[in-house]
Amino acid sequence: MTDPLAPRSFLVRNPSVLWVLGLLAAFCLLVTLLSPSLGMGVISTSFVKTLGKTLCLCLAALAMDVVWGYTGILSLGHMAFFALGGYMIGQWLMYARTEEIVLSALASDPLPPTAGEIAQGVATQIFGVVGSSEMPVIWAFAHSLPAQLALVVLVPGLLALVFGWLAFRSRVTGVYLSILTQAMTLALSLYLFQNDTGLRGNNGLSGLQNLPGLASAGQDAVSLWFFWASAAALALAYLLLAWATSGKFGSVLRAIRDDEARVRFLGYPVEGYKLFVFAGTAVLCGLAGALYYPQAGIINPAELAPIASIYLAVWVAIGGRGRLYGAVIGAAFVSLLSSWFTGGRAPSIPLGFYTINWVDWWLVLLGLSFVAVTLFAPKGIGGLFDVSLGRRSPDRKGAPLGPDDGSLQEKEATE
Amino acid sequence: MTALLEVSGVCVTFDGFRAINNLSFTINEAELRAVIGPNGAGKTTFMDIVTGKTRPDEGSVTWGERAVSLLKMSEAAIARAGVGRKFQRPTVFEDQTVGENLILALKSRRGPLSALKFRATGAGRTRVAELAREVGLADQLGRKAGELSHGQKQWLEIAMLLAQEPRLLLVDEPAAGMTLAERERTTRMLVEIAKTRAVVVVEHDMDFVRRLNCKVTVLHEGAVLAEGSLDHVTANPQVIEVYLGRG
Repeated sequence: MTDPLAPRSFLVRNPSVLWVLGLLAAFCLLVTLLSPSLGMGVISTSFVKTLGKTLCLCLAALAMDVVWGYTGILSLGHMAFFALGGYMIGQWLMYARTEEIVLSALASDPLPPTAGEIAQGVATQIFGVVGSSEMPVIWAFAHSLPAQLALVVLVPGLLALVFGWLAFRSRVTGVYLSILTQAMTLALSLYLFQNDTGLRGNNGLSGLQNLPGLASAGQDAVSLWFFWASAAALALAYLLLAWATSGKFGSVLRAIRDDEARVRFLGYPVEGYKLFVFAGTAVLCGLAGALYYPQAGIINPAELAPIASIYLAVWVAIGGRGRLYGAVIGAAFVSLLSSWFTGGRAPSIPLGFYTINWVDWWLVLLGLSFVAVTLFAPKGIGGLFDVSLGRRSPDRKGAPLGPDDGSLQEKEATE
Repeated sequence: MTALLEVSGVCVTFDGFRAINNLSFTINEAELRAVIGPNGAGKTTFMDIVTGKTRPDEGSVTWGERAVSLLKMSEAAIARAGVGRKFQRPTVFEDQTVGENLILALKSRRGPLSALKFRATGAGRTRVAELAREVGLADQLGRKAGELSHGQKQWLEIAMLLAQEPRLLLVDEPAAGMTLAERERTTRMLVEIAKTRAVVVVEHDMDFVRRLNCKVTVLHEGAVLAEGSLDHVTANPQVIEVYLGRG
């Protein structure tokens, strides 16, 4: 018999890593070959962007899976961290790009422009839309790419730390914690909708697809770069999270999910673990957002409405929570399907008395699938892999293996 | 000998009900103690206070040579200080293997970064295998804990408790749901453990307590009613009235 305690190699513990990375590499190659800039041009630039954005959503779903599927914290705020990451990179993109435009406009003046004139021009350009020509304080670092990149990590991370510290310290769990995270998201969204917050209110930040100094590169090339960067980020995050969740750390997280009081009596600082995971995944979401919004081109406060975070939970549930590849599959499958249905490309179904228009009915279909998955296939799409491997769990009608039913032998319990 | 745990003058009120009323209790290093009492006597609340789950309204709970107060410490800090607890119902992590359960309990640094860096080293693995053998689960290490029988889960939990290497074990009804042979084995094991650590056993079963052959504390209405050998306390007329008389 093999020793079940013997340390096993990383790939043996995580057989999905090779599959996911392999498929991701193949997918990158395929998209590159079909892309307009380097390949045959079979797919459009906007479709390359859609695929790149999907990879960023997969990254956010991975983070959500660790915080929800592994640790049991149903956060309805992770898309807020995602959007904050987008805002932070958006500030630099918009500032630097506007500065270029202002400089070229002032170039025809007889005298070279002063720094004050340039700053004034940039502020008027960016904030004219909300009736202001002052550069707000929160744009203090917008001229510097390294500073804004640091903020991509710091802003979501610190917000999650403060919020998580307050919530976990008071031992708020379950539905109440979900409601609290949703309230945070809603408050943040409503705050950003105001014009005087310094982030252009409901106009949001736009023109983010234009990389400053790289106007000559063209969107065909830029879209592919971002696609590659998104794929690389997803691959790295998958490796990192697979490593973190497969060892003892993952074991503690799953234990916290199943019985956090018991974990406390083993001496583990449960609140510390939750905070670590909550803030760590918030940073991952921030990074994903910073890659997503330059591809989307625009970000506005609607992006961090609570519904976005609920979608994230739905993707993870449909894909199968508690397994990393489930989150990736769920996010990719549902978000691509969603853009197909809502993009007006899905054929309407005429019923004679009524025509099912998918743009309107897609949400109903998604809602029904979510309910169906929750009720009938709690393991989601990822559960199909268990079935194909012959790994099946006994139907306990949702009940745990209790003291009286727990005496199933190995064979019975896997049937 | 200095007291390992000293509870003095502790009161707890739940919604006007005095669950613990001026309770004082002392246990020394490497001592075995049985706590008995009728339902609602405050046995479980007593354990909750020591492990930090319930905060008393009054009184003090001090620990170790330096008489540190446990009242300001979190549950996790108390567990790290060396108080281990076994619940009445077996609470193991059903979705994880027996080996993973034991590694979780194994004495180690408990922070998130230490857990990320953790590798089951030679000594740790040997200890886990040894504990599993001790409780008869050596060939079950790779199985999910949820698949074990009720008795096996009790054993697993006892092994987890030992893996924590606590200085004080609080054991709530260890013999519940066990067969006679298993009870005897549990008794032997508790007596053996108590040679090196302090053990407090809460139990209803008088035969079990008799076999432990140790000092007995009788709780009633949140306070100590009598203390001494089993024969001594069972001869106490008050004890007979409130507890034994009912049986």
